[in-house]
Amino acid sequence: MGDILLITFVFLVAGVLAVPLASRLGLGSVLGYLIAGIAISPLLAAFGVDVVSVQHFAEFGVVMMLFLVGLELEPRLLWSMRARLLGLGGLQVAVTAGLVMAAALALGQAWSVALAIGLVLALSSTAIVLQTLNEKGLMKSDGGRGGFSVLLFQDVAVIPILALIPLLALPELMDAMAGGAAAGDDHGNGHGGGLDLTHGLAGWQRALVMLGAIGVVIGGGTWLTRPLFRFIALANLREIFVAAALVLVVGIALLMTLVGLSPALGTFLAGVVLANSEYRHELESDIEPFKGLLLGLFFITVGAGFNFPLLFGNFAAIIGLTLGLMALKAAVLLALSFLFGIRGGDRWLFSLSLAQAGEFGFVLLSFTVANAVIPAAVADQLLLVVALSMLLTPALFILYDKVIAPRFAAGGGDEAADEITEQGPVIIAGHGRYGGIVNRLLREAGYATTVLDYSSAHLERLRAFGFRVYFGDATRPDLLHAAGIEAARLCVVALDGREQITALVRHVRQQHPHVHVVARAIDREHVYELYAAGAHDIIRETFDSAVRAGRSVLEALGDHPFEAERKVRQFVRQDKAHLAALAALYDPDVPLHENTAYVEKSREVMAENEAALKGMDRAFATRVDRGWSPPTAADVAAEESRTDPGEAGPR
Amino acid sequence: MAQLLIYYAHPGHHKSQVNRAMADAASGVEGVGFVDLYALYPRHDIDVDREQARLLAHEVILFQFPLFWYSTPSIIKEWEDLVLEHGFAYGAGGDRLDGKTMMLSLTAAGPEEAYTPGGYQHFPLRTFLTPLEQTARLCRMRFAAPYVLHGSLGAPGDGRLDPHVAGYRRLIEAIRDDRYDFAAADGHDIVTAETLPIRGEG
Repeated sequence: MGDILLITFVFLVAGVLAVPLASRLGLGSVLGYLIAGIAISPLLAAFGVDVVSVQHFAEFGVVMMLFLVGLELEPRLLWSMRARLLGLGGLQVAVTAGLVMAAALALGQAWSVALAIGLVLALSSTAIVLQTLNEKGLMKSDGGRGGFSVLLFQDVAVIPILALIPLLALPELMDAMAGGAAAGDDHGNGHGGGLDLTHGLAGWQRALVMLGAIGVVIGGGTWLTRPLFRFIALANLREIFVAAALVLVVGIALLMTLVGLSPALGTFLAGVVLANSEYRHELESDIEPFKGLLLGLFFITVGAGFNFPLLFGNFAAIIGLTLGLMALKAAVLLALSFLFGIRGGDRWLFSLSLAQAGEFGFVLLSFTVANAVIPAAVADQLLLVVALSMLLTPALFILYDKVIAPRFAAGGGDEAADEITEQGPVIIAGHGRYGGIVNRLLREAGYATTVLDYSSAHLERLRAFGFRVYFGDATRPDLLHAAGIEAARLCVVALDGREQITALVRHVRQQHPHVHVVARAIDREHVYELYAAGAHDIIRETFDSAVRAGRSVLEALGDHPFEAERKVRQFVRQDKAHLAALAALYDPDVPLHENTAYVEKSREVMAENEAALKGMDRAFATRVDRGWSPPTAADVAAEESRTDPGEAGPR
Repeated sequence: MAQLLIYYAHPGHHKSQVNRAMADAASGVEGVGFVDLYALYPRHDIDVDREQARLLAHEVILFQFPLFWYSTPSIIKEWEDLVLEHGFAYGAGGDRLDGKTMMLSLTAAGPEEAYTPGGYQHFPLRTFLTPLEQTARLCRMRFAAPYVLHGSLGAPGDGRLDPHVAGYRRLIEAIRDDRYDFAAADGHDIVTAETLPIRGEG
């Protein structure tokens, strides 16, 4: 117990210290974690921690990351990416593997070893690249999307590669390893254990089982999750929802492992299926912290597992191999970017970001060693190359950020405008009697909205009308983040609870000052609170309808409708003036009855209102009456005796 | 029977003396369409389809209003801007009002002699009405001589209100019954209660 606490503490401290430092220096979190890993590696060695097994555990972060990526990707969007997914991804893997194989042959490896090396090194690091792209907000750029296509293809390609590698086994290594080879399956794609239940089935049976499992994920995601989450949401306990989200991801990963498929692929599919669900943002913000911590742990283990003695033993060779590999991979990607029309700065982003070898490289290398494909001595050097290339990747991102991106940003100003963000420019928090009307109005006016509400029964009804609404507590900053508050122009705060409204307004105004806030006020006093909290527009929930009711009464009493309208306008104008005068005196820290200036002013206003009620306030009537008043008889007489100054003389 | 539609507009209806009495009289006439624009659209949100349908269903369109700053109250301008659409009232295919008649019934605070080159209004009244006249022409409508009360503010005091209101009622009934002589009216700049060219009244 003490050991686990101590090791956890070491890992956490390393991350907590190194990541902010790296971010401060503009190096990005990935490099921070890697450096933290290197820094604590002596400690871990002293405690006897098995870094490799921690790494396998941490790789689950990649599974979660792909689930999150899937959530961001609607099926329609995925379908529209199919050409790139297969073309770009397929060509990248095939061409890179071929060239690496050729290089390995040239360096004197046997063809089977060379082929295995080619396949292993063709893959890139999903963890580093997606994490960095997300962090820098580049996922939705053309280069980011291209990179994602390639990574997704690679993730799927791991499965056939895993199937192929045992066929490349070297007879002499086989002999040396007799007995221990079966252990190789333990790392089936790295994310699961040796649980594959499809052993012993014929090929077509296996295929059938796999298709069935994918069907379960898609079907379950489409039809089962909604009632399930609805049921869970009824409990109104946040942690149960988090637990349910974890059950979903872990369960799918388990199912995929059982049938011999990639867990990352399974959770990715589940994410895509749920991308249109109203629970999407809630799932996103629930899984996000776990993903972040696991990926961080993974990067730390990469740093910690770095074999310095071996590196310094073969310094020139390892460095040469690493740089050569990265140059080769970048060159292939650059060539493909021409073929697939990735232009400008995006081309360089695409080429540089994917130039490393990836975490699958670790998995596949241990798998090849276990299957007697690559000699252990070669594999150890390759492990170092993989790790070193990952270590260098943040440097390439920095190169892109500091040197390449500014050059293209200066060149063409209209490139940024092409990007379309998925999230609506307007976030509506609370879709009840108030927010619902605002949403309907905006949708009919053609604006995209993102709606957050915490009543799942409510959302169920709305879905029937085809609205896109999301489940979640809008007062939670992470959910707001998931809903895209950073990119939003406007936030309508239409929650039911008075305190929640004020808290959310205050949060948005403080944390996201660029967002225009329109807030629902429960009553007069709440208006003052919201005014102090900084809301731009404060709209009382019942005021306008009550005023309209009053207008209807005036009309029913015989007022001409336009006369009634003018009285109402004057009333509203006067009320707003009073409200503004009192709001300026309101101090959130002083109770209303102790605020002497406020009390004084409100007495004044009350007296005025009372006078108006008793018909004593002539000012009100005068203001209403002012328009279209005919001149008095005296005015008329004066007018008629007047002559045009320019036309003096008798009329 | 001619289908007559009266559009009445006075933003200060409740303090009007002449126009309110005229509107009360007009709205009581059988077989005539009467619309108080400020009552129907107190927030100026004119329903274009509804008003166009109304135009199509009538042959004579009569606007009743007080002259404000040599023009109509603002809602009539809004009505024109929205209802007289291109392709409906004018322009390519805009012949839906072809052959209909537009007439005005207006009150002016200034006396008749003020609307002369030597008077303080400087121009004849019809000069101020030329935008409306040309509007009618562009819409291929006949523009009938307007029914006018000059010196309207003094009318209730000097006994001219009742004859004007009664004349208004006679005018409306005559148009409705096809007894109003539009051709004869064309010979006048304006018509008044005394000069209404009504057939069968001698």
